[in-house]
Order: sequence, then structure tokens, then C-alpha cells
Amino acid sequence: MREIIKDKAVIADDWTLLQLAEGDTPETVAVLAGKVIVPLKVWQAQQAALQGRGDIGVWIASDERPEALKGEVQNFPVIAVDFPKFSDGRGYSIAYNLRARLGYTGELRAIGDVLRDQLFYMQRVGFNAFATRPDRNIHDALKGLTDFSEAYQASWDQKAPLFRRTNREEKALQE
Amino acid sequence: MYRYDQYDHQIVKERAAQYRDQVRRRLSDELTEDEFRPLRLQNGLYLQRHAYMLRIAVPYGLLSSTQMRTFAQIARKYDRGYGHFTTRQNIQYNWIELEQTPDILDLLASVEMHAIQTSGNCIRNITSDEYCGVAADEIIDPRPYAEIMRQWSTFHPEFAYLPRKFKMAYNGAAEDRAAIAVHDIGYTVVKDAQGEIGFKVMVGGGMGRTPILGSVIRDFLPWQHMLTYTEAIMRVYNQYGRRDNMYKARIKILVKAIGAEEFARQVEEEWADIKDGPSTLTVEEFKRVAAYFTPPAYETLPAADARFEQLKAENKGFANWLNRNVRPHKVPGYAIVTLSLKKTGVPPGDATAEQMDFVADLADCYSFNELRVTHEQNLVLADVKQADLFALWEQAKANGLATPNIGLLTDIICCPGGDFCSLANAKSIPIAEAIAERFDNLDFQHDIGDIELNISGCINACGHHHVGNIGILGVDKDGAEWYQVSIGGAQGNESSIGKIIGPSFSAHQMPVVIERLLEVYVRERIEDERFIETTRRIGVAPFKEHVYATPIKAKHNAGEDAYA
Repeated sequence: MREIIKDKAVIADDWTLLQLAEGDTPETVAVLAGKVIVPLKVWQAQQAALQGRGDIGVWIASDERPEALKGEVQNFPVIAVDFPKFSDGRGYSIAYNLRARLGYTGELRAIGDVLRDQLFYMQRVGFNAFATRPDRNIHDALKGLTDFSEAYQASWDQKAPLFRRTNREEKALQE
Repeated sequence: MYRYDQYDHQIVKERAAQYRDQVRRRLSDELTEDEFRPLRLQNGLYLQRHAYMLRIAVPYGLLSSTQMRTFAQIARKYDRGYGHFTTRQNIQYNWIELEQTPDILDLLASVEMHAIQTSGNCIRNITSDEYCGVAADEIIDPRPYAEIMRQWSTFHPEFAYLPRKFKMAYNGAAEDRAAIAVHDIGYTVVKDAQGEIGFKVMVGGGMGRTPILGSVIRDFLPWQHMLTYTEAIMRVYNQYGRRDNMYKARIKILVKAIGAEEFARQVEEEWADIKDGPSTLTVEEFKRVAAYFTPPAYETLPAADARFEQLKAENKGFANWLNRNVRPHKVPGYAIVTLSLKKTGVPPGDATAEQMDFVADLADCYSFNELRVTHEQNLVLADVKQADLFALWEQAKANGLATPNIGLLTDIICCPGGDFCSLANAKSIPIAEAIAERFDNLDFQHDIGDIELNISGCINACGHHHVGNIGILGVDKDGAEWYQVSIGGAQGNESSIGKIIGPSFSAHQMPVVIERLLEVYVRERIEDERFIETTRRIGVAPFKEHVYATPIKAKHNAGEDAYA
């Protein structure tokens, strides 16, 4: 079974990620039994059949909008956001909006081109789970979560900016 | 100037450690070059034609003499004895070994500096007016706001992988010296009718392939909302900026595509959720940061110094230098001095390690231990006593830093170009040198007066050619280097984008092209009209006609004369 990082620990992952293969359509692709994370489009096309199951997660592509799940985010035990490549940063805003605007509190998972050096930023904007790229050592990737011990600005993990959380000493006027 | 507290130190130290480990993983092949590239770029390390280039951030162009000495040390120990000051008020070194970069970052951290976000598709170093705090026409010193923005944008987790690079600039004076109209966001500090401080927010300016001047999307943003409103702009851009084509990925393209009004509406909508939230600035935080920018201990001096006036009258060279390189200061008896990095024969913006040490000494001796880097690639001593100017001038002259050409023809803005940069289509430094040599005569330059000549070696426009009164752009035609010339560009309060005069030229023709442009100006100018004013009045046609009237003999026969 594949491993992921969740809540700062490496755990076995019992979810299956459904990706549309060539020739599949969101309407007709078969969603097998068990815990499956389906593409947003599949969820939208097959909602009637899937919504009673309770073991369905959904993943959002970087060019899709999290607002499509407005009002129903809490129905998902897991929502994943895809990073098609390292440099595509839309997923950071998608995650932030899922948490801050849409009020999602369940597992928020980064999938795709996810590597150690992105994890610190990802956890800051609201991700708590990371399906890191399988060709890399996941225990090594875990170290990325602790690169920094302090941050200037507010985000999801730290609701107040540094200047509201700490008493940064005022400079003595004459040094 | 701002000094690091324990938090700033900790963050920069942790960054240096993180980067050291990234380099280790790259060298041991745990990271592929493709994976390492975005990491090193976010740390200002580019792979150029011959070696790595490291760009170090100088926040809003302000640095201490200690920091300048560290630059000299880096130049000596890790480079070839010199560095290059850039149009973004930073410094870059062109001959860096990857293996040594972690040590350089440790050294920088020890003097409160870093290379964070000096490259990559993230929020870059914040730039500002080089005369902040000392200019007579300043309304509000923007540096506390720029510093607060520097901290907010440093390692912002959501905006590190934007569609493209992102540049912000601040201006707080009547005259815009920060070129805010050609930045992704330009903040002008303003006061409203009640005397409250806020910002006029301009978005979507930029140069590059599609030069566009920014659009004002908010006339008055109260200062407390600076960070939340900026966050809203960034979030809209991060989600909707184009990512399919890097040439269409800057925020200016998004603003242009949907219109400034619609863009402003989306920002307001995004802002509504976070306005008045925890990131709203507090008076305490503003005061904490502003305390670092209080005026130094100025002496009470007479507005005019008799000895100084006498020396000025007696010495033409000194008078010339005062005329071009020294500006009035808001405090009586003080002056603002620009040290020219544009001596003919030296690539624009370059300084040797010896010169860096020397200017650090000047700063200690004459200007409260501080220096500034200008976006025109010169250095500034902001707080010099009038009575010290003569001694300073003599010393600067002896060290090749007193060329009295600030704002003149040879004060050329120029990118490193094809000699170093792997993006360049053409060399730019030899063009600058050929022009500087041709017009080295100072009397001639003074007669021509204020003129901005800007050279970029490629369409990325690091040399700001679009806003040069004369702009030169290196282009590639069938593998050969050619130069496209535009006129009528300007920065500042009346910013404009230059217009191309016609087919491009070979390198050897460029000095003659400039000469012909100047001939038209001299022929057509009315009284004290500056080059840009004449250009605006008569348009491109007379210049074009004269430049292309007869062929300019090319030194080499390679390629056809494009204009023939």
C-alpha cells in the first residue's frame, strides 16, 4: 500500500485515486467500490449515484475552481488538489480558499508533482496531507515540513501575522 | 535603516540552512537539475553563459557601509573582483561557483542580507526612490511601508509559484523616481483631504515583450489595508493569470485582457473577505518599523557655506560635478551626492571590490554609514554636508566615481546582455561602451543635457529600453545581432513607451544612429527644451527621416543593411 504524509507522519494510504484514462468520460467511468478520490468532473457527473456512499473523496485540477463545491465541502472525508507540475502555484490559492472561504475542515491532500521543498508552503496554506512523488523517499520529504520555525505573514496555519503574535521589540531610537 | 531583530535573523538563517541542504542534494543528484532550478532561482542563482550568476537583494536600494564591504569581500573571494549593480537596485555577481553559494549566503546573513526571491516567479525585491527621506519634494517617506511589504512578501506561502515574476515599487514624492508605472504594482503614498495617509494603487505596468503602463485601480487605499488589499490582488493574479505562455503570464496581460475596471472589481470582491482581518496593519507595527527610518543626527548648518561657494566658483570641474551629480537636500547645509558608475570604458553599473570598499569609507566619513543603489545603476550618498563636498569630490574623482554625467547621454542604463546573460539576443555592454566613447566629450554632453539612453540585450527589457528617451533593443536576426531603436520613452510622472523608428541596425552603426538622432534634436530644439520634450513636440518622423536619409557604412559586410 502506498504511503502518504498526513498530520506530520508517514502513514499507509487506503484511498485510491481515480484518473480519467483516454476514452473515459466523467459520465461513464466506473467508480469502483471502496475509498476512491474521484475527479471533480466525475463527482459532478455522477453525484446522484455517489453522494450516498460516504467513501468518496474528490480531487480538483489546478485549472478548476474550488467554489464548484460550495456548500458541500463538508461531505467529503478528503479533498485533494492536483499540482500538475512543481511550478504551477494555483493549488496554493485553491487550498487556501477551500479552508478559509469554503470552511473545509477535513483532510486536504496535495497530489501530483509534490516534493519535499514545497511542503512547508503547502502546509501553511491548509494542506495536512501530502502524496509525495513515489520516486522519492517520503521520510526524507517529511523534513520539508520543518524548514522554518517562524513566518512573517498570516496564512491558514497561522491566522495572525508575526506582528500580532509577538512583541517585536521597538528599536532603541539611538543606537 | 531597518535592522534585523531575532525573527528576521532566524528566518534568514533557516533559509541559508535550507538552501545549503538543497545544494547538497543537487550535488549528490538527489535533486535533478529540473527540480533544483526553481529552488535556486527563488534564491537568485541563474545559470548564465559562462557560470552561475548570483543576485543579492538590496531592499529598496538601501544598504550600510558594512554591507557594502561584504559585497567587496564577496567580489574578491568568490567572484572576479567586481560586481554589477542592477536596475532593480540589487547587486549581481557573474562568476559564481554553485558549491560556494551556501557560504556566500551565510556571509550575507551575518550582515542582515540574503538573496531570497531575487529571481523566480515570485514577489521580487521591493524597489523605491533612491532619495527616500532626503528629497525636498518628498511627501511621505515610503520606506517603512516598503519594509513591511518586504517582510510580508518574504516566503509568502501562497504566492511563491505565481504565473510569472512580480515586481512592486513605492514612491512617496511629488516626482516619481521609482518608475512605478512600469511595475506589476506601483504604490504612491498619498494623503487624502483629511490628511490621512494611504496609497494610490497602480497595477499591471511592465516592460518586456508587451510594454504597458500600469492602471490605477484604487485612488486611495488607507495604509492599514496595504497588506490585505495586496493579498487580494495576488490571489486574483495567482488564480487567473495565464500559465500557458510565459510571454503572456505577467499581471499586465490579465489586467489588459479583462480591463482595469473588471480587475479592480475582482480584487474588491476578493478583498471583502479579508478586509479588516488579522493582516490589517496596526499603528504599533507601523511605528516599530518607522522608528528605523527616523532622520539621522543632522547638524544645524547654514544653508550656504562660503568656502564651498568659493570653490565652486573657482573650479569648473567641481562646478560641473555639482551641477550634474549633486542634488538639493531637505535639510539646510546638506546635499545628496550621486557617485557615477558610468565612467566611459567601464560597463554601466559595474564596481570593483576596491571601489566598493572605497564608497563604504565615504559613507562612514560623510554620510552616516549608509548608501543607496539607484535603478539607474549608480550609487548615492544621501546625507553629505555641503562643506564636505569638495573633499568628497576629489576622493571620488581619484577612484573613478565622479564622472559628472548623471542624467546625461553617457549615464546609460544597460543590462549585462549577451556577454553574460543566456537570455540575451545581443550584446549590450559593447554598444554602451561604443556610444560612451563616441560622446565622451563632456561639453557636448552638457549641451545635449538631460537624456536617458537605455539598452536591453533582449525583449525582457532589463535595461528598461521602453522607457528610455532613446531605447536600444538587441534583436536576433538569422543568428546575427541587430539593434532596434526607439525614441520618446520616459519614466517618472509623465511615463511613456518609446516608439520604434524603423528597421534595425548593426552594432557598428549604432554610434552614428545616436549621433543622427542628436543632430535632429539640436536642429529642432527650442530654447531649453530637453530631448524628450522635442521628441514629444515633433514626433518620430523627423528623426526617422534623418537617421535613414543616407546609408550608414557598416564596418563589416556581414548581413544586408536593413534600412537600404
